[in-house]
Amino acid sequence: MDFRLGEAAEDVRRQARQFLEQHLTDEVKEKMHTTGVHHDWDFHRALSERGWVAPGWPVELGGQGYSVVEGLVMQEEFHQAGAPTYGVGTTMIVAGIIRRLGTPAQKELVIPRALRGEIIIVLGFTEPECGSVVVAAQTRAVRDGDEWVINGSKMFTTNAQEGDYAFMLTRTDPDAPKHKGLTTFLVPLRQPGVEIRPIRTLSGERTNLTFYTDVRVEDGLRIGEVDGGWDVMAVGLSLERAGAQGGESSRMLAALERWACTTPEGGSAPPASDPRVRARLGRAAAENEVSTLLARRSGWVQDSGALPGVEGSMAKLFASEAITRQSADLLDMLGPDGMRSEGDPTALAGGAAEYAYRFALGTTTYGGTSEVQRNIIAQRGLGLPRPR
Amino acid sequence: MALDLSPSEEQQQLIDAFAALYDKESSTERVRAAEPLGHDPDLWRRLRENGAVEMAVDEAAGGWGATVLDLALVAEQHGRHLGSAPMLEAQVAARTLARVGTPEATGLLEGAMDGGRLVTLALHPPRAGLLRMVPAGAVADAILFVDGGRLLVLEPGLGRIRVANLGSLPVSDVPVEGSRPVAEGPVVRDALEGALDEWLVLMAAAMVGPGARALEIGVGYAKDRHAFGVPIGSFQAVAHGLADAATALDGAQLLEREAAWSATEEPGRFRELAALAFGFCTDAARQASYRSLHYHGGYGFMLEHDIQLFWRRAKGWPAQYAEPDVAFGRAEACRLGMSGEEG
Ligand SMILES: Cc1cc2nc3c(=O)[nH]c(=O)nc-3n(C[C@H](O)[C@H](O)[C@H](O)COP(=O)(O)OP(=O)(O)OC[C@H]3O[C@@H](n4cnc5c(N)ncnc54)[C@H](O)[C@@H]3O)c2cc1C
Repeated sequence: MDFRLGEAAEDVRRQARQFLEQHLTDEVKEKMHTTGVHHDWDFHRALSERGWVAPGWPVELGGQGYSVVEGLVMQEEFHQAGAPTYGVGTTMIVAGIIRRLGTPAQKELVIPRALRGEIIIVLGFTEPECGSVVVAAQTRAVRDGDEWVINGSKMFTTNAQEGDYAFMLTRTDPDAPKHKGLTTFLVPLRQPGVEIRPIRTLSGERTNLTFYTDVRVEDGLRIGEVDGGWDVMAVGLSLERAGAQGGESSRMLAALERWACTTPEGGSAPPASDPRVRARLGRAAAENEVSTLLARRSGWVQDSGALPGVEGSMAKLFASEAITRQSADLLDMLGPDGMRSEGDPTALAGGAAEYAYRFALGTTTYGGTSEVQRNIIAQRGLGLPRPR
Repeated sequence: MALDLSPSEEQQQLIDAFAALYDKESSTERVRAAEPLGHDPDLWRRLRENGAVEMAVDEAAGGWGATVLDLALVAEQHGRHLGSAPMLEAQVAARTLARVGTPEATGLLEGAMDGGRLVTLALHPPRAGLLRMVPAGAVADAILFVDGGRLLVLEPGLGRIRVANLGSLPVSDVPVEGSRPVAEGPVVRDALEGALDEWLVLMAAAMVGPGARALEIGVGYAKDRHAFGVPIGSFQAVAHGLADAATALDGAQLLEREAAWSATEEPGRFRELAALAFGFCTDAARQASYRSLHYHGGYGFMLEHDIQLFWRRAKGWPAQYAEPDVAFGRAEACRLGMSGEEG
């Protein structure tokens, strides 16, 4: 048993820190903050120049050949620093699917441009009427010669306003049983008939409601078989690598620990001299360590050759519920001052708890809600009957 | 060297050996038979014969030199089988004596290793001449404790007061009359802090046991017991509670093992991690055993059902030291570089 991540991973960490110091400028952070967009083209291109758009891909395909754990360490650093990674994240999920299932023409079209940091692909799964049960997608695709005509709407299409394509789950056979009549497409977003309406969220992150009216997609941009969309989604899920967890809560904890060590103006002792303050910070530190360890375990399991399964669900569930609990508790700890918003010049600890308190509620929803994760853990981890 | 979360071959052998011993010598029937005192002399004898005390002591002091991680892996098995024996305390006391190294300490250590004497340690100083709730105090031949910067030993006589308690643990209140000094000076403080770190991490490891076993029992029951013609485990209200408990316990085990590993591999983080692990594992075990008991319905409330054995120890064992918040505070003091604030 060894909890060290290893020299190679620690080297990745050092390089990631250097990279962030150079490229995650105050300007980039400020822009992210004011626009709520967690994608930045300059940062993205710098990532690409560094060869870090697809760090886990083999070198001959344009990656760095990193192990899952090495990739995780990179993510730990990026998340903790608050770097804009949503765009590259969704793009590379789709590029990974195309690498496995795409036609030669599709690979040619997508992969080199994705690796060069020139395009962004967003995810169009969720709809106004369905999210967790994504198999209920209603957005229609109807064949018309060499093209398909798409009508419908997608909810929470994050980064659509920046995106070149949406990887979209559509219904091609409304009469087939639910999971049989689905087909996936790479839908070019910059064309008439695509309407993008911004949605503002609790954390300030921008996402979108997107509408598709007689949008045309050539058959060459269909990924997988007609009515075989569910198989494509399954491949997508199996490619999903372990995600780092605990970055945002580490950032909150670090800010509050700095606060705890500073004697306030007019005060006689730093907050940390109060044992209740230490106990609350310590509890957050414990949960944070556990979030990190569960995510690393999931990476280690994958590096050992297994598919991500219950371990990934546990890591995601724990980390998002932990930051929800901890941000509330640490906000309370600050008393009425806890309410002062991030960005307000009077905020304590930079408003870190207040921001985390808002941010946390997104994490319990996207990427599979906590209830969905618990269903997976109960069924596949504990062997309980399918939960109802 | 890189991340490797599975036990090595030797570690697995150690786990298997103790799992087999406990399977045989610590069935729930045996656990019940040892109540309410919570001490099973035959189990304790078998543990001693298998080197439970010697292994904990450094080779330089005549022991077998097991790492804290080895001891934690054994403690997991101890907890899983609700071992009615003061193994953790005896191990930590022996290690403390070896670390202190005065002639008096060396004599006591010899008695503990070769003489079969049971030496335990008090986790808190005496108040008004009384050591309170001393772990294994009801069965120990000698009790180590710290008072006013001195490490003392006491052979509890007829004066000790056995305490009926939630966890059926052999704790007792012990008057400090008749104690004699073992060591003094700065070494005492270091030794006591070190002993507390080790007890915390081993208790954290032990807590994963009743948590995990209780969860298995709960999951088994949720598959068997039916309502409305389906197993109760198919209701999300039940399944999700168990899923949360399983997640927390997996995290607890990782944290406790990391903490134990750090004792030798990253000593600068050991104190912090040991205390974090104690706090987190305590909560995780309580939650798992509570949920599993609750999903037994009324049967869970019956003494006859084994689940209550796990639920009571999950609370009682760690409570011998303190509530989780005290440990979290201790860990945070380390993180913030504060000294003299802990404990
Ligand atoms: C900030 C943000 C960004 C997002 N970005 C994207 C994106 O880029 N692309 C994309 O496609 N989607 C995106 N999503 C959507 C996200 O994936 C969905 O919100 C999520 O899958 C839940 O779906 P829903 O919102 O329709 O909720 P519902 O599925 O309607 O769920 C409502 C509630 O019911 C519970 N529930 C649902 N089913 C079950 C069940 N079987 N058992 C128990 N409880 C259940 C849920 O847990 C939830 O609490 C984003 C969401 C957010 C908040």
